[in-house]
Amino acid sequence: MNYDSVISRTVAQIPPSGIRKFFDVVATMPGAISLGVGEPDFVTPNHIRESAIRSIRSGETHYSSNWGLIELRRAINRYQEQRFGISYNPDNEIIVTVGASEGIDLALRCVIEPGDEVLVPEPSYVSYQPVVTLSGGVAVPVPTCEEKCFKIDKETVSSLITKKTKAIILPYPNNPTGAIMTREELTEIADAIRDHDIIAISDEIYCELTYGGLTHTAFASIPGMWERTVTLNGFSKAFAMTGWRMGYLCAPKELAAMMCKIHQYTALCAPIMGQHAALAALEDGFNDDFADVTHMRKIYDQRRRIMVEGFRSMGFTVFEPLGAFYSFPNISSLGYSSEEFATRLLKSQLVVTVPGTAFGKSGEGYVRCCYATSTDLIFEALDRMQNFVNAEKTAGA
Amino acid sequence: MHLTEIEKDILEILAQDARRTPAQIALMLGAEVSKVQEAIKELEDARVVVAYPALINWDKSQAESVEAVIEVRVTPMKGYGFDAIAEQIMEFPEVENVYLMSGAYDLLLFVRAKTLKELAMFVAERLAPIENVISTATHFMLKRYKISGITMDKHEDKRQAVSQ
Repeated sequence: MNYDSVISRTVAQIPPSGIRKFFDVVATMPGAISLGVGEPDFVTPNHIRESAIRSIRSGETHYSSNWGLIELRRAINRYQEQRFGISYNPDNEIIVTVGASEGIDLALRCVIEPGDEVLVPEPSYVSYQPVVTLSGGVAVPVPTCEEKCFKIDKETVSSLITKKTKAIILPYPNNPTGAIMTREELTEIADAIRDHDIIAISDEIYCELTYGGLTHTAFASIPGMWERTVTLNGFSKAFAMTGWRMGYLCAPKELAAMMCKIHQYTALCAPIMGQHAALAALEDGFNDDFADVTHMRKIYDQRRRIMVEGFRSMGFTVFEPLGAFYSFPNISSLGYSSEEFATRLLKSQLVVTVPGTAFGKSGEGYVRCCYATSTDLIFEALDRMQNFVNAEKTAGA
Repeated sequence: MHLTEIEKDILEILAQDARRTPAQIALMLGAEVSKVQEAIKELEDARVVVAYPALINWDKSQAESVEAVIEVRVTPMKGYGFDAIAEQIMEFPEVENVYLMSGAYDLLLFVRAKTLKELAMFVAERLAPIENVISTATHFMLKRYKISGITMDKHEDKRQAVSQ
Protein backbone atom coordinates (compact mmCIF):
# COMPACT_ATOMS: atom_id res chain seq x y z
CA MET A 1 0.00 0.00 0.00
CA ASN A 2 1.41 3.33 -0.99
CA TYR A 3 0.09 5.51 1.77
CA ASP A 4 1.62 8.63 0.26
CA SER A 5 -0.76 8.29 -2.63
CA VAL A 6 -3.83 8.22 -0.43
CA ILE A 7 -3.01 10.65 2.34
CA SER A 8 -4.08 14.22 1.68
CA ARG A 9 -1.12 16.42 0.90
CA THR A 10 -2.49 19.14 3.12
CA VAL A 11 -2.60 16.83 6.10
CA ALA A 12 0.79 15.31 5.35
CA GLN A 13 2.39 18.74 5.19
CA ILE A 14 1.08 20.00 8.51
CA PRO A 15 3.90 19.68 11.05
CA PRO A 16 3.04 17.71 14.19
CA SER A 17 2.61 19.89 17.25
CA GLY A 18 5.94 20.96 18.75
CA ILE A 19 4.41 20.10 22.08
CA ARG A 20 3.76 16.55 21.01
CA LYS A 21 7.35 16.18 19.89
CA PHE A 22 8.58 17.25 23.29
CA PHE A 23 6.12 14.96 24.99
CA ASP A 24 7.81 11.96 23.44
CA VAL A 25 11.15 13.01 24.92
CA VAL A 26 9.64 13.59 28.37
CA ALA A 27 7.92 10.20 28.34
CA THR A 28 11.34 8.58 28.63
CA MET A 29 12.36 10.59 31.71
CA PRO A 30 10.67 9.51 34.94
CA GLY A 31 10.95 11.81 37.94
CA ALA A 32 10.79 15.00 35.92
CA ILE A 33 8.87 17.98 37.31
CA SER A 34 6.57 19.19 34.61
CA LEU A 35 5.90 22.85 33.95
CA GLY A 36 4.82 21.72 30.51
CA VAL A 37 1.17 21.05 31.13
CA GLY A 38 -1.62 23.14 29.71
CA GLU A 39 -4.38 22.41 32.18
CA PRO A 40 -5.34 23.05 35.81
CA ASP A 41 -3.88 20.79 38.50
CA PHE A 42 -7.19 21.05 40.37
CA VAL A 43 -9.58 18.18 39.90
CA THR A 44 -13.07 19.18 38.73
CA PRO A 45 -14.97 20.40 41.84
CA ASN A 46 -16.85 17.54 43.45
CA HIS A 47 -20.36 18.99 43.10
CA ILE A 48 -19.84 19.15 39.34
CA ARG A 49 -18.65 15.53 39.16
CA GLU A 50 -21.58 14.42 41.31
CA SER A 51 -24.06 16.14 39.00
CA ALA A 52 -22.69 14.23 36.04
CA ILE A 53 -22.90 10.96 37.95
CA ARG A 54 -26.51 11.71 38.94
CA SER A 55 -27.39 12.44 35.33
CA ILE A 56 -25.94 9.10 34.22
CA ARG A 57 -27.81 7.26 36.99
CA SER A 58 -31.07 8.84 35.95
CA GLY A 59 -30.59 7.65 32.40
CA GLU A 60 -29.49 10.87 30.70
CA THR A 61 -27.55 9.01 28.05
CA HIS A 62 -29.05 10.17 24.76
CA TYR A 63 -28.20 12.67 22.07
CA SER A 64 -29.10 16.23 22.90
CA SER A 65 -30.17 18.78 20.34
CA ASN A 66 -27.31 19.57 17.95
CA TRP A 67 -27.07 22.94 19.64
CA GLY A 68 -26.78 21.38 23.10
CA LEU A 69 -29.20 21.22 26.03
CA ILE A 70 -31.41 24.28 25.98
CA GLU A 71 -31.02 24.68 29.79
CA LEU A 72 -27.26 24.80 29.32
CA ARG A 73 -27.50 27.32 26.48
CA ARG A 74 -29.72 29.52 28.65
CA ALA A 75 -27.21 29.28 31.48
CA ILE A 76 -24.36 30.15 29.10
CA ASN A 77 -26.24 33.22 27.96
CA ARG A 78 -26.91 34.27 31.55
CA TYR A 79 -23.24 33.76 32.38
CA GLN A 80 -22.02 35.81 29.41
CA GLU A 81 -24.50 38.57 30.24
CA GLN A 82 -23.59 38.65 33.92
CA ARG A 83 -19.84 38.39 33.56
CA PHE A 84 -19.08 40.16 30.29
CA GLY A 85 -22.16 42.11 29.29
CA ILE A 86 -22.87 40.29 26.02
CA SER A 87 -26.05 38.40 25.26
CA TYR A 88 -27.15 35.83 22.73
CA ASN A 89 -30.38 34.10 21.89
CA PRO A 90 -30.08 30.62 23.46
CA ASP A 91 -32.31 29.22 20.70
CA ASN A 92 -30.08 29.97 17.74
CA GLU A 93 -26.91 31.83 18.73
CA ILE A 94 -25.15 29.44 21.10
CA ILE A 95 -23.67 26.03 20.19
CA VAL A 96 -22.29 23.65 22.80
CA THR A 97 -19.12 22.14 21.30
CA VAL A 98 -16.61 19.39 22.00
CA GLY A 99 -14.17 21.68 23.78
CA ALA A 100 -13.39 25.17 22.57
CA SER A 101 -11.12 23.32 20.11
CA GLU A 102 -14.11 22.24 18.06
CA GLY A 103 -15.28 25.85 18.13
CA ILE A 104 -12.01 26.95 16.50
CA ASP A 105 -12.58 24.41 13.73
CA LEU A 106 -16.24 25.37 13.21
CA ALA A 107 -15.54 29.09 13.13
CA LEU A 108 -12.68 28.78 10.67
CA ARG A 109 -14.38 26.31 8.36
CA CYS A 110 -17.49 28.43 8.38
CA VAL A 111 -15.74 31.44 6.83
CA ILE A 112 -12.70 30.21 4.90
CA GLU A 113 -12.67 29.64 1.15
CA PRO A 114 -9.50 28.35 -0.54
CA GLY A 115 -6.77 30.97 -0.33
CA ASP A 116 -8.51 33.18 2.24
CA GLU A 117 -6.26 34.71 4.84
CA VAL A 118 -6.66 34.58 8.60
CA LEU A 119 -4.65 36.82 10.90
CA VAL A 120 -3.18 34.76 13.73
CA PRO A 121 -1.29 36.50 16.56
CA GLU A 122 1.98 34.83 17.46
CA PRO A 123 3.00 33.26 19.77
CA SER A 124 -0.34 31.65 20.43
CA TYR A 125 -2.14 28.36 20.93
CA VAL A 126 -0.81 25.61 18.71
CA SER A 127 -3.93 24.73 16.77
CA TYR A 128 -4.98 27.98 15.08
CA GLN A 129 -2.51 27.85 12.20
CA PRO A 130 -2.95 24.13 11.38
CA VAL A 131 -6.74 24.44 11.44
CA VAL A 132 -6.57 27.44 9.11
CA THR A 133 -4.46 25.32 6.76
CA LEU A 134 -6.81 22.34 7.03
CA SER A 135 -9.68 24.65 6.14
CA GLY A 136 -7.89 25.65 2.94
CA GLY A 137 -6.89 29.06 4.23
CA VAL A 138 -3.59 30.82 4.71
CA ALA A 139 -2.52 31.76 8.23
CA VAL A 140 -0.91 35.19 8.33
CA PRO A 141 1.07 35.56 11.56
CA VAL A 142 0.70 38.78 13.52
CA PRO A 143 3.96 38.77 15.45
CA THR A 144 3.92 40.10 19.00
CA CYS A 145 6.87 40.84 21.23
CA GLU A 146 7.84 41.14 24.86
CA GLU A 147 8.56 44.89 24.51
CA LYS A 148 4.91 45.42 23.59
CA CYS A 149 3.66 43.01 26.24
CA PHE A 150 2.78 40.39 23.61
CA LYS A 151 -0.24 42.43 22.53
CA ILE A 152 -1.29 43.03 18.95
CA ASP A 153 -1.73 46.63 17.82
CA LYS A 154 -3.84 48.50 15.32
CA GLU A 155 -0.98 49.48 12.98
CA THR A 156 0.32 45.94 12.56
CA VAL A 157 -3.14 44.48 12.09
CA SER A 158 -4.09 47.18 9.56
CA SER A 159 -0.90 46.62 7.59
CA LEU A 160 -1.63 42.89 7.26
CA ILE A 161 -5.24 43.21 6.11
CA THR A 162 -5.70 42.40 2.42
CA LYS A 163 -8.71 41.75 0.20
CA LYS A 164 -8.36 38.09 1.08
CA THR A 165 -8.48 38.58 4.86
CA LYS A 166 -11.52 36.78 6.20
CA ALA A 167 -10.91 36.57 9.91
CA ILE A 168 -8.67 37.51 12.79
CA ILE A 169 -8.06 35.32 15.81
CA LEU A 170 -8.03 37.09 19.18
CA PRO A 171 -6.39 34.70 21.65
CA TYR A 172 -6.57 36.66 24.91
CA PRO A 173 -5.86 35.94 27.74
CA ASN A 174 -3.04 34.30 25.87
CA ASN A 175 -1.52 30.85 25.94
CA PRO A 176 1.55 30.80 26.08
CA THR A 177 2.49 34.39 27.01
CA GLY A 178 -0.08 35.25 29.69
CA ALA A 179 -0.81 38.53 27.90
CA ILE A 180 -4.23 40.10 28.10
CA MET A 181 -5.79 42.96 26.12
CA THR A 182 -7.66 45.79 27.85
CA ARG A 183 -10.93 47.26 26.60
CA GLU A 184 -9.06 50.27 25.18
CA GLU A 185 -6.56 48.08 23.34
CA LEU A 186 -9.31 45.87 21.95
CA THR A 187 -11.18 48.97 20.79
CA GLU A 188 -8.11 49.89 18.73
CA ILE A 189 -8.20 46.46 17.09
CA ALA A 190 -11.93 46.90 16.52
CA ASP A 191 -11.17 50.15 14.69
CA ALA A 192 -8.72 48.32 12.45
CA ILE A 193 -11.28 45.78 11.26
CA ARG A 194 -14.49 47.82 11.53
CA ASP A 195 -14.57 48.89 7.88
CA HIS A 196 -13.79 45.45 6.47
CA ASP A 197 -15.87 42.29 6.24
CA ILE A 198 -13.64 40.47 8.70
CA ILE A 199 -14.86 38.08 11.36
CA ALA A 200 -13.21 38.17 14.78
CA ILE A 201 -12.75 34.74 16.32
CA SER A 202 -12.23 35.56 19.97
CA ASP A 203 -10.90 32.63 21.97
CA GLU A 204 -11.79 33.56 25.54
CA ILE A 205 -11.22 30.19 27.20
CA TYR A 206 -9.01 31.81 29.89
CA CYS A 207 -11.46 34.66 30.56
CA GLU A 208 -11.81 33.80 34.26
CA LEU A 209 -8.08 33.76 34.87
CA THR A 210 -6.88 37.36 35.01
CA TYR A 211 -4.79 38.88 37.78
CA GLY A 212 -3.58 42.14 39.23
CA GLY A 213 -7.12 43.48 39.65
CA LEU A 214 -7.72 43.33 35.89
CA THR A 215 -10.80 41.71 34.43
CA HIS A 216 -11.48 40.24 31.04
CA THR A 217 -13.18 42.20 28.27
CA ALA A 218 -15.21 40.20 25.76
CA PHE A 219 -14.43 41.39 22.25
CA ALA A 220 -18.13 41.19 21.33
CA SER A 221 -18.83 43.82 24.00
CA ILE A 222 -16.86 46.46 22.06
CA PRO A 223 -19.39 48.67 20.22
CA GLY A 224 -20.01 47.36 16.70
CA MET A 225 -18.15 44.09 17.24
CA TRP A 226 -20.98 41.77 18.37
CA GLU A 227 -22.24 41.33 14.80
CA ARG A 228 -18.84 40.16 13.56
CA THR A 229 -17.54 38.16 16.50
CA VAL A 230 -17.54 34.45 17.16
CA THR A 231 -16.89 34.12 20.89
CA LEU A 232 -15.23 30.83 21.82
CA ASN A 233 -15.28 29.63 25.37
CA GLY A 234 -15.62 26.54 27.51
CA PHE A 235 -15.42 24.96 30.92
CA SER A 236 -11.90 23.49 30.82
CA LYS A 237 -9.84 26.23 32.40
CA ALA A 238 -12.26 28.10 34.64
CA PHE A 239 -13.86 25.00 36.15
CA ALA A 240 -10.93 22.57 35.84
CA MET A 241 -12.86 20.42 33.36
CA THR A 242 -10.33 19.78 30.60
CA GLY A 243 -11.00 16.08 30.14
CA TRP A 244 -14.75 16.61 29.82
CA ARG A 245 -14.23 18.38 26.49
CA MET A 246 -16.96 20.93 27.08
CA GLY A 247 -16.83 24.12 25.08
CA TYR A 248 -19.24 26.48 23.42
CA LEU A 249 -19.41 29.25 20.90
CA CYS A 250 -21.63 32.29 20.68
CA ALA A 251 -22.26 34.10 17.41
CA PRO A 252 -24.94 36.01 15.53
CA LYS A 253 -27.62 33.63 14.25
CA GLU A 254 -26.55 33.94 10.60
CA LEU A 255 -23.11 32.54 11.48
CA ALA A 256 -24.32 30.14 14.17
CA ALA A 257 -26.71 28.44 11.73
CA MET A 258 -23.83 27.73 9.35
CA MET A 259 -21.49 26.50 12.08
CA CYS A 260 -24.23 24.27 13.45
CA LYS A 261 -24.45 22.57 10.05
CA ILE A 262 -20.79 21.56 10.27
CA HIS A 263 -21.22 20.56 13.91
CA GLN A 264 -24.29 18.40 13.22
CA TYR A 265 -22.53 16.48 10.46
CA THR A 266 -19.26 15.99 12.34
CA ALA A 267 -19.84 15.92 16.10
CA LEU A 268 -23.65 15.70 16.20
CA CYS A 269 -23.68 17.00 19.75
CA ALA A 270 -21.34 17.39 22.71
CA PRO A 271 -21.34 14.45 25.17
CA ILE A 272 -24.48 14.58 27.27
CA MET A 273 -22.88 13.79 30.65
CA GLY A 274 -20.45 16.63 30.11
CA GLN A 275 -23.32 18.94 29.30
CA HIS A 276 -24.99 18.10 32.61
CA ALA A 277 -21.71 18.70 34.42
CA ALA A 278 -21.31 22.06 32.67
CA LEU A 279 -24.83 23.03 33.59
CA ALA A 280 -24.07 22.26 37.25
CA ALA A 281 -20.87 24.32 37.06
CA LEU A 282 -22.82 27.37 35.93
CA GLU A 283 -25.91 26.95 38.10
CA ASP A 284 -23.88 26.38 41.25
CA GLY A 285 -21.70 29.29 40.21
CA PHE A 286 -24.71 31.61 39.99
CA ASN A 287 -25.64 30.57 43.53
CA ASP A 288 -22.26 31.03 45.19
CA ASP A 289 -20.82 33.75 42.95
CA PHE A 290 -18.39 31.25 41.40
CA ALA A 291 -16.59 30.53 44.66
CA ASP A 292 -14.56 27.64 43.18
CA VAL A 293 -13.32 29.81 40.35
CA THR A 294 -12.40 32.59 42.78
CA HIS A 295 -10.50 30.13 44.96
CA MET A 296 -8.54 28.64 42.06
CA ARG A 297 -7.73 32.10 40.67
CA LYS A 298 -6.36 33.16 44.06
CA ILE A 299 -4.08 30.14 44.27
CA TYR A 300 -2.87 30.59 40.67
CA ASP A 301 -2.10 34.22 41.46
CA GLN A 302 0.14 33.21 44.39
CA ARG A 303 2.00 30.72 42.21
CA ARG A 304 2.28 33.28 39.41
CA ARG A 305 4.16 35.65 41.71
CA ILE A 306 6.49 32.89 42.88
CA MET A 307 7.34 31.89 39.34
CA VAL A 308 7.87 35.36 37.91
CA GLU A 309 10.10 36.36 40.83
CA GLY A 310 11.99 33.07 40.48
CA PHE A 311 12.86 33.80 36.85
CA ARG A 312 13.85 37.37 37.66
CA SER A 313 16.21 36.23 40.36
CA MET A 314 17.83 33.86 37.84
CA GLY A 315 18.64 36.92 35.77
CA PHE A 316 16.07 36.34 33.03
CA THR A 317 13.83 39.10 31.84
CA VAL A 318 10.26 38.02 32.18
CA PHE A 319 7.08 39.68 31.03
CA GLU A 320 4.57 39.83 33.86
CA PRO A 321 1.73 37.53 32.84
CA LEU A 322 -1.70 38.94 33.68
CA GLY A 323 -3.86 36.11 32.42
CA ALA A 324 -4.11 32.33 31.91
CA PHE A 325 -1.61 30.26 33.94
CA TYR A 326 1.65 30.52 32.08
CA SER A 327 4.87 32.45 32.47
CA PHE A 328 6.97 33.02 29.35
CA PRO A 329 10.49 33.93 30.46
CA ASN A 330 13.06 35.19 27.99
CA ILE A 331 15.88 32.67 28.23
CA SER A 332 17.88 33.93 25.25
CA SER A 333 20.64 35.39 27.48
CA LEU A 334 22.06 31.89 27.93
CA GLY A 335 22.68 31.70 24.21
CA TYR A 336 20.54 28.68 23.45
CA SER A 337 17.54 28.38 21.20
CA SER A 338 14.27 27.64 22.99
CA GLU A 339 14.43 24.03 22.01
CA GLU A 340 18.06 23.60 23.08
CA PHE A 341 17.33 25.29 26.40
CA ALA A 342 14.31 23.11 27.10
CA THR A 343 16.15 19.94 26.11
CA ARG A 344 19.25 20.72 28.18
CA LEU A 345 17.19 21.78 31.19
CA LEU A 346 15.21 18.58 30.99
CA LYS A 347 18.26 16.37 30.66
CA SER A 348 20.35 18.00 33.36
CA GLN A 349 17.71 18.96 35.95
CA LEU A 350 14.60 17.01 34.99
CA VAL A 351 12.38 20.06 34.61
CA VAL A 352 9.93 20.11 31.72
CA THR A 353 9.24 23.38 29.93
CA VAL A 354 7.81 23.89 26.46
CA PRO A 355 9.99 25.64 23.84
CA GLY A 356 8.38 28.94 22.82
CA THR A 357 8.75 27.98 19.17
CA ALA A 358 5.98 25.40 19.62
CA PHE A 359 3.71 28.48 19.56
CA GLY A 360 5.15 30.10 16.44
CA LYS A 361 8.42 31.57 15.25
CA SER A 362 8.12 34.63 17.46
CA GLY A 363 8.29 32.33 20.46
CA GLU A 364 12.01 31.83 19.81
CA GLY A 365 14.06 32.78 22.86
CA TYR A 366 11.31 31.88 25.31
CA VAL A 367 9.95 28.82 27.10
CA ARG A 368 6.43 28.32 28.40
CA CYS A 369 6.20 27.41 32.07
CA CYS A 370 2.84 26.53 33.53
CA TYR A 371 2.14 27.53 37.13
CA ALA A 372 -0.93 25.33 37.43
CA THR A 373 1.05 22.96 39.57
CA SER A 374 1.61 22.68 43.31
CA THR A 375 3.45 25.45 45.13
CA ASP A 376 6.02 22.96 46.42
CA LEU A 377 6.79 21.68 42.95
CA ILE A 378 7.09 25.21 41.61
CA PHE A 379 9.65 26.08 44.31
CA GLU A 380 11.50 22.83 43.57
CA ALA A 381 11.44 23.42 39.80
CA LEU A 382 12.75 26.96 40.27
CA ASP A 383 15.59 25.68 42.48
CA ARG A 384 16.54 23.18 39.81
CA MET A 385 16.40 25.83 37.10
CA GLN A 386 18.61 28.09 39.22
CA ASN A 387 21.12 25.22 39.44
CA PHE A 388 20.98 24.86 35.69
CA VAL A 389 21.56 28.57 35.13
CA ASN A 390 24.44 28.63 37.64
CA ALA A 391 26.09 25.65 35.97
CA GLU A 392 25.70 27.20 32.53
CA LYS A 393 27.15 30.50 33.68
CA THR A 394 30.10 28.77 35.34
CA ALA A 395 30.72 26.71 32.21
CA GLY A 396 30.51 29.80 30.05
CA ALA A 397 32.78 31.95 32.25
CA MET B 1 -9.23 39.01 67.10
CA HIS B 2 -10.72 40.57 63.98
CA LEU B 3 -8.77 39.28 60.97
CA THR B 4 -7.58 41.52 58.16
CA GLU B 5 -7.46 40.23 54.57
CA ILE B 6 -3.73 39.60 54.70
CA GLU B 7 -4.07 37.76 58.01
CA LYS B 8 -6.74 35.52 56.51
CA ASP B 9 -4.50 34.81 53.52
CA ILE B 10 -1.54 34.04 55.77
CA LEU B 11 -3.61 31.63 57.84
CA GLU B 12 -4.77 29.82 54.71
CA ILE B 13 -1.19 29.41 53.51
CA LEU B 14 0.15 28.28 56.91
CA ALA B 15 -2.74 25.83 57.36
CA GLN B 16 -1.53 24.14 54.18
CA ASP B 17 2.17 24.28 55.01
CA ALA B 18 3.50 25.65 58.29
CA ARG B 19 7.05 25.69 56.91
CA ARG B 20 6.38 28.53 54.47
CA THR B 21 8.75 31.32 55.41
CA PRO B 22 7.62 34.94 55.79
CA ALA B 23 9.62 35.71 52.64
CA GLN B 24 7.80 33.03 50.66
CA ILE B 25 4.42 34.11 51.98
CA ALA B 26 5.19 37.74 51.16
CA LEU B 27 6.09 36.69 47.62
CA MET B 28 2.91 34.66 47.23
CA LEU B 29 0.71 37.51 48.43
CA GLY B 30 2.59 40.37 46.83
CA ALA B 31 3.13 41.90 50.27
CA GLU B 32 6.18 43.26 52.09
CA VAL B 33 8.11 40.73 54.16
CA SER B 34 8.04 43.00 57.23
CA LYS B 35 4.23 43.25 57.01
CA VAL B 36 3.94 39.47 56.87
CA GLN B 37 6.32 39.07 59.82
CA GLU B 38 4.30 41.56 61.86
CA ALA B 39 1.04 39.85 61.00
CA ILE B 40 2.38 36.42 61.97
CA LYS B 41 3.68 37.82 65.25
CA GLU B 42 0.27 39.29 66.05
CA LEU B 43 -1.48 36.03 65.17
CA GLU B 44 0.91 34.16 67.45
CA ASP B 45 0.55 36.67 70.29
CA ALA B 46 -3.22 36.40 70.09
CA ARG B 47 -2.82 32.61 70.00
CA VAL B 48 -4.75 32.42 66.75
CA VAL B 49 -1.67 30.59 65.50
CA VAL B 50 -0.92 28.30 68.42
CA ALA B 51 1.88 26.01 67.23
CA TYR B 52 3.46 24.53 64.10
CA PRO B 53 3.32 20.74 64.52
CA ALA B 54 3.83 18.24 61.70
CA LEU B 55 0.81 16.31 60.50
CA ILE B 56 1.75 12.70 61.14
CA ASN B 57 0.02 9.67 59.75
CA TRP B 58 0.82 7.16 62.52
CA ASP B 59 -0.75 4.40 60.41
CA LYS B 60 2.27 4.58 58.15
CA SER B 61 4.79 4.44 60.98
CA GLN B 62 5.89 1.20 62.57
CA ALA B 63 5.40 2.83 65.97
CA GLU B 64 3.23 0.86 68.32
CA SER B 65 0.19 3.02 68.68
CA VAL B 66 -3.53 2.74 69.09
CA GLU B 67 -5.94 5.65 68.99
CA ALA B 68 -9.52 6.01 70.14
CA VAL B 69 -12.19 8.63 70.17
CA ILE B 70 -14.06 8.76 73.47
CA GLU B 71 -17.42 10.39 74.04
CA VAL B 72 -17.73 11.50 77.65
CA ARG B 73 -20.90 12.56 79.42
CA VAL B 74 -20.19 14.66 82.50
CA THR B 75 -22.00 16.66 85.13
CA PRO B 76 -20.86 20.27 84.88
CA MET B 77 -19.36 21.61 88.11
CA LYS B 78 -21.20 24.37 89.83
CA GLY B 79 -19.51 27.69 89.14
CA TYR B 80 -16.99 26.21 86.66
CA GLY B 81 -19.23 24.59 84.03
CA PHE B 82 -17.36 22.12 81.86
CA ASP B 83 -14.00 23.89 81.92
CA ALA B 84 -12.77 22.47 85.22
CA ILE B 85 -13.44 18.90 84.24
CA ALA B 86 -12.00 19.41 80.77
CA GLU B 87 -8.84 20.81 82.34
CA GLN B 88 -8.60 17.82 84.63
CA ILE B 89 -8.94 15.41 81.69
CA MET B 90 -6.44 17.16 79.45
CA GLU B 91 -3.74 16.69 82.08
CA PHE B 92 -3.50 13.02 81.08
CA PRO B 93 -0.64 12.60 78.60
CA GLU B 94 -2.65 10.02 76.62
CA VAL B 95 -5.26 12.65 75.77
CA GLU B 96 -4.35 14.49 72.57
CA ASN B 97 -7.51 16.43 71.73
CA VAL B 98 -10.35 17.64 73.92
CA TYR B 99 -13.47 19.29 72.55
CA LEU B 100 -16.67 20.47 74.22
CA MET B 101 -19.59 19.30 72.10
CA SER B 102 -23.26 19.97 71.72
CA GLY B 103 -25.61 17.00 71.53
CA ALA B 104 -25.76 13.57 73.09
CA TYR B 105 -22.48 13.84 75.02
CA ASP B 106 -20.36 16.66 76.39
CA LEU B 107 -16.65 16.09 75.83
CA LEU B 108 -14.97 14.41 72.89
CA LEU B 109 -11.47 13.09 73.48
CA PHE B 110 -8.82 11.76 71.11
CA VAL B 111 -6.67 9.40 73.10
CA ARG B 112 -3.51 7.57 72.07
CA ALA B 113 -1.76 4.71 73.86
CA LYS B 114 0.76 2.04 72.94
CA THR B 115 -1.58 -0.92 73.13
CA LEU B 116 -5.25 -1.69 73.15
CA LYS B 117 -4.96 -2.89 76.73
CA GLU B 118 -3.22 0.27 77.87
CA LEU B 119 -5.93 2.38 76.32
CA ALA B 120 -8.69 0.28 77.84
CA MET B 121 -7.05 0.53 81.26
CA PHE B 122 -6.78 4.30 80.87
CA VAL B 123 -10.55 4.52 80.39
CA ALA B 124 -11.39 2.02 83.10
CA GLU B 125 -8.95 3.13 85.76
CA ARG B 126 -8.40 6.82 85.22
CA LEU B 127 -11.09 8.42 83.06
CA ALA B 128 -14.28 6.66 84.12
CA PRO B 129 -13.66 6.95 87.89
CA ILE B 130 -13.40 10.76 87.75
CA GLU B 131 -16.12 12.34 89.80
CA ASN B 132 -18.64 14.07 87.50
CA VAL B 133 -17.97 11.63 84.64
CA ILE B 134 -21.30 9.97 84.06
CA SER B 135 -20.43 7.67 81.19
CA THR B 136 -17.91 7.02 78.43
CA ALA B 137 -18.17 5.46 74.97
CA THR B 138 -14.90 4.42 73.35
CA HIS B 139 -14.47 4.03 69.58
CA PHE B 140 -11.20 2.70 68.22
CA MET B 141 -9.80 4.41 65.19
CA LEU B 142 -9.07 2.11 62.27
CA LYS B 143 -7.69 4.30 59.53
CA ARG B 144 -6.97 7.95 58.85
CA TYR B 145 -8.11 9.35 55.49
CA LYS B 146 -8.00 13.10 55.98
CA ILE B 147 -6.90 15.34 58.82
CA SER B 148 -7.27 19.12 58.98
CA GLY B 149 -8.16 19.29 55.31
CA ILE B 150 -5.16 17.26 54.20
CA THR B 151 -5.53 13.79 52.70
CA MET B 152 -3.21 11.06 53.89
CA ASP B 153 -2.60 9.56 50.45
CA LYS B 154 -0.34 11.47 48.12
CA HIS B 155 -2.26 13.33 45.47
CA GLU B 156 -1.50 11.62 42.22
CA ASP B 157 -1.06 13.98 39.28
CA LYS B 158 -3.03 12.31 36.53
CA ARG B 159 -2.18 14.84 33.86
CA GLN B 160 -0.09 14.27 30.76
CA ALA B 161 3.39 15.68 31.41
CA VAL B 162 3.15 17.98 28.42
CA SER B 163 -0.02 19.29 26.85
CA GLN B 164 -1.27 22.10 24.68
